[in-house]
Amino acid sequence: MNPYVPILVIGAIGFGFAIISVVAGYLTGPRRYNRAKAEAYECGIEPTPPAAGGGRFPIKYFLTAMLFIIFDIEIVFLYPWAVSFDQLGLFGIVEMFLFILTVFVAYTYVWRRGGLEWD
Amino acid sequence: MPTPKIEYGILAPVLVVLAAAVLAVLVEAFVSRRYRYVVQTTLSFAAIALGLFTVILNKDVSGRFAEGSVAVDGVTIVLQGTILIFALLGLLLIAERGFQSFTAQASTLPGSADEQRALASGLQQTEVFPLTLFAVGGALLFPAANDLITLFVALEVLSLPLYLMAGLSQRRRLLSQEAGLKYFLLGAFSSAFFLFGSAFLYGYAGTTTFDGIKLQITTSPGNDLFLLVGLAMLTVGLLFKVSAAPFHSWTPDVYQGAPTPITAFMAAVTKVAAFGAFLRIFYTTIGGMVWTWRPIIIAISILTMAIGTIIAIAQKDVKRVLAYSAIAHSGFLLTGIVAFNKSGVGATLLYLLTYGFTTLGTFAIVTLVRDAGGEVTDLNRWSGLGKRSPLIAGIFTLFLLALAGIPLTSGFVGKFAIFSAAYESGNISVVIAGVLASAVAAFFYIRIVVLMYFNDPQEDGTSVVIPSPVTAITIGVCAVATLVLGVFPQPVINAVNSLAMFVAG
Repeated sequence: MNPYVPILVIGAIGFGFAIISVVAGYLTGPRRYNRAKAEAYECGIEPTPPAAGGGRFPIKYFLTAMLFIIFDIEIVFLYPWAVSFDQLGLFGIVEMFLFILTVFVAYTYVWRRGGLEWD
Repeated sequence: MPTPKIEYGILAPVLVVLAAAVLAVLVEAFVSRRYRYVVQTTLSFAAIALGLFTVILNKDVSGRFAEGSVAVDGVTIVLQGTILIFALLGLLLIAERGFQSFTAQASTLPGSADEQRALASGLQQTEVFPLTLFAVGGALLFPAANDLITLFVALEVLSLPLYLMAGLSQRRRLLSQEAGLKYFLLGAFSSAFFLFGSAFLYGYAGTTTFDGIKLQITTSPGNDLFLLVGLAMLTVGLLFKVSAAPFHSWTPDVYQGAPTPITAFMAAVTKVAAFGAFLRIFYTTIGGMVWTWRPIIIAISILTMAIGTIIAIAQKDVKRVLAYSAIAHSGFLLTGIVAFNKSGVGATLLYLLTYGFTTLGTFAIVTLVRDAGGEVTDLNRWSGLGKRSPLIAGIFTLFLLALAGIPLTSGFVGKFAIFSAAYESGNISVVIAGVLASAVAAFFYIRIVVLMYFNDPQEDGTSVVIPSPVTAITIGVCAVATLVLGVFPQPVINAVNSLAMFVAG
């Protein structure tokens, strides 16, 4: 069997799931319209007002999100290292230490520059 | 699983610069504003100097390192040395403080009360130094990469800081931010092409190392669909970086909008880095498929020369003229790839060296022609500059003649080397197109010279400011290099040719 067939099957299942979810929600869900439903979705913060006259809007949430990504990426690399920790030995420890150090440099920069202060 | 082996000594040029960049971020975090500029410039120049020193130490090295993901050979040494020299000159321009090239706070409107407050509280963009160092680090790794993943990481480390730096201009802020955004979006687009290509090549060869791909090409017929699609997409990604037509459209906008010191830096450094990677991939990795890729590169080379020179004629802004000139020069450089012979490698390296000095010099002079509102880039207002400031106009004329490839300037030496390499390989079509394009290009370079010398100066406040030592040194070094490489090029040609050798295998 072609090794790509399972990938195709997974793709088909994913596609089907998306369609079924949308159709099922459309058929079974209650429809109650209110103000919140008409607003643009902005990941949990207040939808931004139109920037009339170059009006400014806060980007605090995005800073936090970016900071999260720093640590997220760190975990992505830490995980495989943790799995083969015993085989990599001292080399692995030193390299991981260097890697974490650079991540913390970025974190320190954010902290010193006031990226962690909400107001 | 054996522990990976990393040759830190041989990778030192890249590591030193990247380590300095990380340190520079800490400087931003902890050093008080008053001393930041001094500390940052010292750190940056020291890092570049140390990098150059380690490159010289490496000069006899030839081999593959860091588990085969990095190739250090004569070509890498020459390219890394060139990049570091241009980075040094670019940093001198960036370190110029007399012109307020960089915004104190990008989010404030120019001239607004917010900006006044930002300036008064001593805000300044010394972040440009760590960003430059990161870009240099990526540029150093780019031509040495011997693995698609390493190549991609180097590409992003090189590009991401440049996207930001393009948007930092103090004056004409919106143009600058537009340039940054355009560069970022199109750069991300081309990175996607690059990655798709890499994925296809991995599907073809089962490995991402250049050596593995090369081996697969020599052992199996080279008409595999995955191979062809992968190569096409990878090439598109690279052609975007060297701003070859039809992937050039970002270049004029970004060159015009970016702060001029940044334009100078990226025009020189990214071109060297990108053509370095181009050389390695086309000469070694897919050298076995030369009959497949050569016609395509010939067509792109001719198209790039034609578009660069013809559209440059209609430009009215000096930075846009220089941007189209950069596109045309990419076309000339592609003839070195087309050559695909021993002299093609040396000629391309020599051309990159000569072109970088000249282009850094021209943009350095653009920073000097100013009025009360900042740089004057409208060509009409450059008229009569020769009468107002003979020395600067004279040096600018030298650079323009070098870009046009007139004898006794470095541009002629570079063009002669690269066209004769292409001629040797029997590809007469690119040579003819190249000579014709050079002739057309000479028209718009000479037109600027005529404008500066034979037109009367306009009384509109345009003047040439006296350069501070940092800018003066840059212009001086570039002018001397342009002349020396034009009049007495043989030692440099010999040195480059003796090193222009890829690692065997």
